[in-house]
Amino acid sequence: MAAVTTPHTGEHGHGSDDEKNYLEVKRGIGSWLVTLDHKRIGVMYLVAVLIAFLAGGIFALVLRVELLTKGRTIMDQDTYNRMFSLHGVVMVFLFIIPSIPAAMGNIILPIQLGAKDVAFPKLNLLSLYIYVFGACFGLYSMVHGGVDTGWTFYVPYSSSSLVGSQSAVVPMTLAAFIMGFSSILTGVNFIATVHKMRAPGMSWRRLSLFTWALYATSIIQVLATPVLAITLLLLTLERAFGLGIFDPRLGGDPVLYQHFFWFYSHPAVYIMIVPGMGVVSELIGTFSRREPVGYMFIAMSSLGLALLGFLVWGHHMFVAGMSEYASMVFSALTFLIAIPSGVKVFNWVATLYKGSISLQSPMLWALSFIFLFTIGGLTGLFLGILAVDVHLHDTYFVVAHFHYVMVGGTVMGFVGGLHYWWPKITGKLYEEKPAVAGWALVFIGFNITFMSQFVLGSRGMPRRYYDYLPEFQGLHQISTVGSWVLGVGFVILLVNFARSLFSGAKSPRNPWGSAALEWQTATPPPLYNFTETPVITRGPYEYHLATDEELAED
Amino acid sequence: MSTGAADIDWLYNFTYYFSLVFTVVITVATVAFTVKYRRQKGVKAEPTQDYTKLELFWTITPLIFIVFLFHWGYETYARNTVVPEGAREYRVRGKRWSWSFEYPTGDNEPNELTLEVNKPVKLILSSEDVLHSFFIPAMRAKRDAVPGQYSYVTFTPNELGDAPVFCAEYCGKDHSYMLAKIHVVSAQDYKAHLDELSKIPNEYAKLGVEGPVKWGESLFKKNGCNACHSVNGTKIVGPSLKGIAGTMQPTTAGQIMADDNYLRESIAKPQAKIVSGYESVQMPPFVFKDAQMDAIIAYIKSVK
Repeated sequence: MAAVTTPHTGEHGHGSDDEKNYLEVKRGIGSWLVTLDHKRIGVMYLVAVLIAFLAGGIFALVLRVELLTKGRTIMDQDTYNRMFSLHGVVMVFLFIIPSIPAAMGNIILPIQLGAKDVAFPKLNLLSLYIYVFGACFGLYSMVHGGVDTGWTFYVPYSSSSLVGSQSAVVPMTLAAFIMGFSSILTGVNFIATVHKMRAPGMSWRRLSLFTWALYATSIIQVLATPVLAITLLLLTLERAFGLGIFDPRLGGDPVLYQHFFWFYSHPAVYIMIVPGMGVVSELIGTFSRREPVGYMFIAMSSLGLALLGFLVWGHHMFVAGMSEYASMVFSALTFLIAIPSGVKVFNWVATLYKGSISLQSPMLWALSFIFLFTIGGLTGLFLGILAVDVHLHDTYFVVAHFHYVMVGGTVMGFVGGLHYWWPKITGKLYEEKPAVAGWALVFIGFNITFMSQFVLGSRGMPRRYYDYLPEFQGLHQISTVGSWVLGVGFVILLVNFARSLFSGAKSPRNPWGSAALEWQTATPPPLYNFTETPVITRGPYEYHLATDEELAED
Repeated sequence: MSTGAADIDWLYNFTYYFSLVFTVVITVATVAFTVKYRRQKGVKAEPTQDYTKLELFWTITPLIFIVFLFHWGYETYARNTVVPEGAREYRVRGKRWSWSFEYPTGDNEPNELTLEVNKPVKLILSSEDVLHSFFIPAMRAKRDAVPGQYSYVTFTPNELGDAPVFCAEYCGKDHSYMLAKIHVVSAQDYKAHLDELSKIPNEYAKLGVEGPVKWGESLFKKNGCNACHSVNGTKIVGPSLKGIAGTMQPTTAGQIMADDNYLRESIAKPQAKIVSGYESVQMPPFVFKDAQMDAIIAYIKSVK
């Protein structure tokens, strides 16, 4: 990457817009609300998803407290059922789906391409507002009784009058329906940006692996989300007008709903995890000062996951009433997922070999990702094996499995990425010691919380249970205590970030000594990311081609 | 435990150790490389080369493992779904939030099922309201009960003892209390149990005229009728049954005398003539033998 990207202080007139960073160019709330700057939109997304993460996290902690003792601990079953449904809806639709792509991707992707902005800045702002509009529907539903259907809204329960009294199913499904459009628009925007906005010399082979991951994710978002939209619309119509697509009493088929739902929601799992893998590839590259081994294999495995993700939705329904032959095909296809997932893990580990590894806080998250995702992935084997899945389906084993992938994977990637790009976004450094302490507590707490749930599930403890048999109490208590450690860890991280905003030291241009393009421009970046359009002469990980000046802190 | 469970456990344990070895290898490699190649002044990372052979190796090798895992998984699964010849058929009806079991003899029992050891069974599942999932951890068996269709689980219990049954598909408020128990007993005990089910229980027979009323009351509670129908005049979900026998009731089919036949019809086909004001309530039908039905009606008539 050419040195032209490095701005030299004083070359331009003092106080010119070229020199001011994107946070300083304009001031005031108004300038944020109508901004077309991808970085500011990303920051607003970041604030929104962090609020959602906090809310969903509090729901989770409350759930775990209820499960501390057998029978009633702090709430009745109606409240508990609403709480776990809200935890799922908020975490999936409001936090994890937009977390890395819409928040982090918005800020970083155009800079990594050497572009001034995304391809459609106004569409970008629109998708933020659609997300907020959808979230308002979700909030309305929560205030008006919430839902007790789980985040899956399975029929005929969700479409019938049997749902808990005063449940607001329609506003909640509309919330997910509306937020889907936000997801689609972001996907369209990123695809166009990657195709059309690359700086001169930014060949496909020189794209960052984060960009490749977001590109794969965007394809899934554009292709799968409309299916969820139509499914939720049909559910709403069925509830409001008795349409009869899903409810057997009206001549419908409840299993059809599950096919529709998982046809979106399984690919959605890859909307959640693939960006996390992208972040980890960046972290491993930067903190090993080495191009990730098998660059093209990692990039293509993201696309492979995106493709395979569309073919395996049936593995959510092995005991739901599908034919044995359908189950056989879905089981076989499900196993193929292991290949691209394995390729990524092997390549990351191989990158460490003969690297120059620094265990700064972002790297700790990346290494935990490898460990936890390995467990998350391998426990997926149990669930892909038909005979074993019959026993484990809808038990805590599944709960633990997807938390190992979604929290152990995506959240580790998200928080690692946040530590990595925090100076780039805010221009401030955070304290390293609390960051490491927070990481340690999250890592330990997470494993205590969910390792015990694998055991619970294998012993037959079903999920979504307000109460349980006496023999499960010990493991539930271990899990609850683990959730407290996990919670304290996240609070430390939050406080550390907040303190850095107010009293953090100013970040140098390239605090990690990274060769990636986003660190070659000023920190925080100017309004249009680069003072001059950069000309790309090497890939983002080619440390042996990077100049000392590029790798220097300032 | 069932005969099929051992195969499933073997597969589970194999996968467990396979995964364990894998996790240990990955973790040890990660930690070892991280320690060995910690950043040192003046030492640069070795630039990455093309390692196509290595890439092909770890793309193809796992393929061999997963082919085997898939094959064993499907084979075991298929074996466990084939109903053995001569399997006894029981009906399992899920409704919120209880399971009702019907024996081949036509006897019904709520939330408890007694099976004979070493006799293959086929449990035919159905649901009367929303999705449920019939889950017996000890038999490693699970299948959703889907309204509007039948599904089944089949297994051969091979150990005496009790096995808990859970509902594994979320079905509303008391989902976590939708439990049942399977008793696996000897051939002798099984026969004794069936005899017991089909006659008026001794404890009630001794009471003479009072017998059916008392038995009816116990059936009324055992089948969860009291969850929706009070006997003291308060309205719960359905109408209270206090003093209704022998009175005229406004229904969807006009004024009806609540006599023995109406009560019987309302239990067996609740949707036929619904009392005004309860049209939207979905009471599931209940199946009883004649003697049981008589006892329940006797009990309802006794509530004044």
